[in-house]
Amino acid sequence: MAIRERLSGNEAVAYAIRQINPDVMPAFPITPSTEIPQYVASYMANGKVDTEFIHVESEHSAMSAAIGAAAAGARVVTATSSCGMALMWEELYVAASDRLPVVLALVNRALSGPININADHSDSMGARDSGWIQIYAESNQEAYDNFLQAYPIAEHEAVRLPVMICQDGFITSHGVENIRLLEDEKVREFVGEYSPAHYLLNADEPMSVGPYAVSAYYMETKRAQREAMKNAKRVILETAERFANLTGRKYGFFEEYRLEDADYAVVIIGSAAGTCKAAVDEIRNTTGKKVGLLKIRVFRPFPEEELAAALRDKKAVAVLDRSEMFAASGGPLGAEVRAALYSAKSRTELVNYFYGLGGRDITVEDFKEVYRKLEELDKTHVVRDMYAYIGLRE
Amino acid sequence: MKKDMVEIRWHGRGGQGAKTAALLLADVAFKAGKYVQGFPEYGPERMGAPITAYNRIGQSPITVHSNIYTPDYVVVVDDGLLEGTDVTLGLKKEGALIVNTRRSKQEIRAMLRGFAGSIYTVDAREISVRALGKYYPNSPMLAAVVAVSGVMTQEAFLREMRGSYAHKFAKKPEVIEGNMRALEMTFAAIWEGEEAVAGRGCCA
Repeated sequence: MAIRERLSGNEAVAYAIRQINPDVMPAFPITPSTEIPQYVASYMANGKVDTEFIHVESEHSAMSAAIGAAAAGARVVTATSSCGMALMWEELYVAASDRLPVVLALVNRALSGPININADHSDSMGARDSGWIQIYAESNQEAYDNFLQAYPIAEHEAVRLPVMICQDGFITSHGVENIRLLEDEKVREFVGEYSPAHYLLNADEPMSVGPYAVSAYYMETKRAQREAMKNAKRVILETAERFANLTGRKYGFFEEYRLEDADYAVVIIGSAAGTCKAAVDEIRNTTGKKVGLLKIRVFRPFPEEELAAALRDKKAVAVLDRSEMFAASGGPLGAEVRAALYSAKSRTELVNYFYGLGGRDITVEDFKEVYRKLEELDKTHVVRDMYAYIGLRE
Repeated sequence: MKKDMVEIRWHGRGGQGAKTAALLLADVAFKAGKYVQGFPEYGPERMGAPITAYNRIGQSPITVHSNIYTPDYVVVVDDGLLEGTDVTLGLKKEGALIVNTRRSKQEIRAMLRGFAGSIYTVDAREISVRALGKYYPNSPMLAAVVAVSGVMTQEAFLREMRGSYAHKFAKKPEVIEGNMRALEMTFAAIWEGEEAVAGRGCCA
């Protein structure tokens, strides 16, 4: 029987960490992720977990300590946001290339500047090339469920890559919602014990982690990382299936919401997908127009073929980005979806929007307007700009 | 007509407890079997700055993650905010405004920007000081929004709040009765000031 609860997204992730009881947590506080190490610290103080907390003086050190502990053979967790992740930048790449299954609870927040504490995806989108698996959540429930699936994916022998479990700052991290939790013993059984094949503290197998790679070896390392990323696709789906057998909650690379027969589709990541669902229901119920939603859950590895298959025959698609990359074509999700559709030889009309930067709100009415414009685009077939804005004051 | 979902917006000042009140309301409605959301909107983080918090309470799962722009109810925890903030912006005319104040309804209405719907006033300071000996506006304002909105029955609310207080004040049980008294006094004050609000709210 599932446990009916109401928790904030940060509480939900901390609860999952308690249930998993990782060996080591190095962390440095930053809004809006600070509560996660805070809650874990109280679990430690109350004897609910025997995790070793490492107090560090910066996020650079937090990720360094996570790498050291993971290389030693420990199951490791850390949490951060925004500039905290920016300070981990160098180590993010090291964790991935050393093939260490570190799990990072990322509470998405805008990067400075101007300084801002609210939700956008500039922190994790900036790190999309670091070699980490990235999984995003719409709700507190998904943040919890994704976190439980993180270690089985990260530690799988065909993967051995770090995973960041992302949720939107304040919107889900500090919002209290209904949630279904699993019993501790079910979580422990699902996540399992961690027994790494190779680790530094194994006296019988002396090894080195993270040595210099000359040009004769560096490129093969990157090739091997790509292979692990490809394998991750299979393992992510297998893990999701096992999770569905346990909970009845189904996950994939993305969620298709009333998409199958839809003419017009929105592609989006994170908490705003829930708001979009309400718009989809309202439009379908009041006008009968066929609108749908594709919500990205897994951004790395990017499910290019699967996504193109789901979108290629739509009349028009709007891709919504919650981070800038100052490319002429628009934002990072827009670029990936465009590329996927091009590879699939699809001629679907596509428009890319920026929304929600620095916590700018997006409403059901905004989504209704996006669908209205998609319908217009389907009639005119004129895309005026490669990208546009939602909720911007010009 | 009963609605599937009720939306509530709280206006307070940083440090005054509007966010806590919204989270408490989510908590107690959850315990009464509802689907809930309780969330703050963070502006500049400093004591005394105007802050907003929100609740959605319904009978089915809630997916919308935006702020609330056309609330059914607005709760104002500090009537000083009426001068600088358009607290009734977007408030549905069949909805209601609930203000913590010593002013009369007529005085409050004159301070608003043309809101024609119902206004409820609660002297949370008077109630809190009489019930608890201290000024904590949260308990009276919570009781007021439950009484006015009917998101749950008074009985269910009082039962669940007693449980919450027993948990929250496990180390100082002497304040539990005072808080319960503040809730009951608020219900009485609201009923005294109004005809019973029949049929309002979603979930009673």
